[in-house]
Amino acid sequence: MPAATNTKRNLVTAALVAPAAAWLMIFLVLPFIAMLVFAFGERAPEGGYQAAFTFAQFARLPTRAAAFWNTLVLAPVGALLCLLVAYPVAYYLAVKADPRYRLILVSLVVVPFWTSLLVRTYAWMYILGSRGIPNLLSMVGFEDVRLLNTPGAVLLGIVYGYLPLMIMPIYVSLEKLDRRLLEASADLGARPVSTFFGVTLPLSLPGVMTGVALVTILLLGEYLIPQLLGGGKVFFIGNALVDLFLQSRNWPFGSAIAVTLVAVVVVILMVAMRIAFKVAGTRQVDLV
Amino acid sequence: MTKWYRENAPITAEQLADELMRLKRGSVTRRHFLGVTGLGLATAVLARQPGLFNSTAFAGDLGTQMSIATWPNYHDPATFEAFQAATGVAVEVNVFGSNEEMLAKLQAGGTGWDLFVPTNYTISTYVKLGLIDELDLSKLPNYDASTETARFTNEGVVDGKTYAVPKNWGTTGIALNSNKIKTPVTSWKDFFEVAMTEADGRAMVHDYQLTTIGNALVSLGYSFNSTKPDELAKAEELLIKVKPHLYAINSDYQPSMRATDAWMTMCWTNDGAQLNRDMPEIQFVLGKDGGEIWSDFYAIPKSAANKAAGYALLNYLMAPENAVKEHIANGAPTTDSRVLKLLPADVTGNKIVYPDDASLTPLEFGAAVTLTDPGRAELMARFKSA
Repeated sequence: MPAATNTKRNLVTAALVAPAAAWLMIFLVLPFIAMLVFAFGERAPEGGYQAAFTFAQFARLPTRAAAFWNTLVLAPVGALLCLLVAYPVAYYLAVKADPRYRLILVSLVVVPFWTSLLVRTYAWMYILGSRGIPNLLSMVGFEDVRLLNTPGAVLLGIVYGYLPLMIMPIYVSLEKLDRRLLEASADLGARPVSTFFGVTLPLSLPGVMTGVALVTILLLGEYLIPQLLGGGKVFFIGNALVDLFLQSRNWPFGSAIAVTLVAVVVVILMVAMRIAFKVAGTRQVDLV
Repeated sequence: MTKWYRENAPITAEQLADELMRLKRGSVTRRHFLGVTGLGLATAVLARQPGLFNSTAFAGDLGTQMSIATWPNYHDPATFEAFQAATGVAVEVNVFGSNEEMLAKLQAGGTGWDLFVPTNYTISTYVKLGLIDELDLSKLPNYDASTETARFTNEGVVDGKTYAVPKNWGTTGIALNSNKIKTPVTSWKDFFEVAMTEADGRAMVHDYQLTTIGNALVSLGYSFNSTKPDELAKAEELLIKVKPHLYAINSDYQPSMRATDAWMTMCWTNDGAQLNRDMPEIQFVLGKDGGEIWSDFYAIPKSAANKAAGYALLNYLMAPENAVKEHIANGAPTTDSRVLKLLPADVTGNKIVYPDDASLTPLEFGAAVTLTDPGRAELMARFKSA
């Protein structure tokens, strides 16, 4: 009986979807609702949350303009720097590397994840501090070079920390690349450079987009790297949130900032994805 | 941790672990183990004290794990190793940069701390919010209120009930590297001026509203504890003007001072003493225009999971022979006359640790209102995100 089959299929679907749905409900939707409620509340006298309905928290958002600005500038810049460093590595791994060693080389990209990012970022504090690179530079005559606690140090930490997350998706999309397309391109008279920009790069765009989106989204919530390599002076919105919840105990204002951050991220992603798909779409039509 | 700490221990952690394994394997006798590790002596000394080392304490009701929330560079690691060797309880140490951070964690719940180290001005608020328990002094036979200095310890008692017992007192002054900074710095006014000139890019302030805002207020001639909006506005103006010249905003300034990445910082007595001990060119001065005098306490959170271990460690730390090692390693002055008697003369004669009364006169104890005042909290957050 078709009705019974349908019911059964629906039950199977429900069973398959239920764990993920429950997970998202409990750990994403409900906390987000709580955050929305908090955002319209007031700070209790000793800190925390006190029920109210006010837009006062949103009205104070401009006081965190600098943190929003730092995040919205340094996150995409960090992601693009990552991309510039990651693409040649991914290209080498997928196209040029000897297939016998490829697995080992790819594993080497992932190896840093075996150690906590906190520890690895601490190591940079020593490398960039006075006794590290600036000390070496002073031996060859460059005195008083300051690296630690600058936006540059934060960017370096970002590129270092997020590089594997950028390499992997690009590597995967390049690895699937059909070599016959490259041969066809060469046969039709294209030089390697134009083959790269006409064939390889467009076909790897899905990987590039995934990598950029992944890294940018994670960076928008970044807290650790600016804290350690920025000395509490290069302030991301993540640091502002930590401060509001863990120092000044202003949960409503913190919630308002978090809600705003989510809204900004959604808008940026929608716009970026639309542009990216449009570019990728037209390129692929060109190829066919 | 520096090697210096280790020299305090009768035996290194590695040797202790080796000896413990030998004991477990049966290669050595219990007598040998207690002898070489120094635990025999410790046990003998403490055996007179009821509570900690009696048979019930060893019956396993202390568990194997506890957690303490405290300040950077604040304990002799050998203390916790010896405590673990004596009781089997491993101590996990959580380090914080401000009382506000500790309060925030306790308010949010689920800290897992069995003992923590709040500063004098916070205790009344913890009591008011119901976050700490009145201490059961019968579980702390090593604590003796009559040997404590009331000036430093009275804020542990609220409405006649003891909620916290003192760890040590101290001051918040200025540490500066005299090899690098030649301008004399004797006040907080000097501090902020030099931070923008000779020590440009080399000065640090705490990631802590009480001291960072308080010392900025002092430098402008106001009270360390002011919550007046117009005075706070002036302090904010100064801090935001100084910020681009700072090396960092961080309460854990020892690593940067030791590496000479930073040349000058807001500094607590204990850190000043530790830095000066290892690097004599780092001097510690109290602001002649004012600043903070404080005392830190031990308290047990209401939410503590292993209160038995919290009490056991607290009682252990209150024993003068253990406390004296803590004071030597940590460098902060004691509130307990029993400990003072045991301290070597080079410690009690150290002007960083035990300054003249005259230099303490302009200092103020932090006021409870600063902990919860929204104006100060938001000022600090704005300063950092500016």
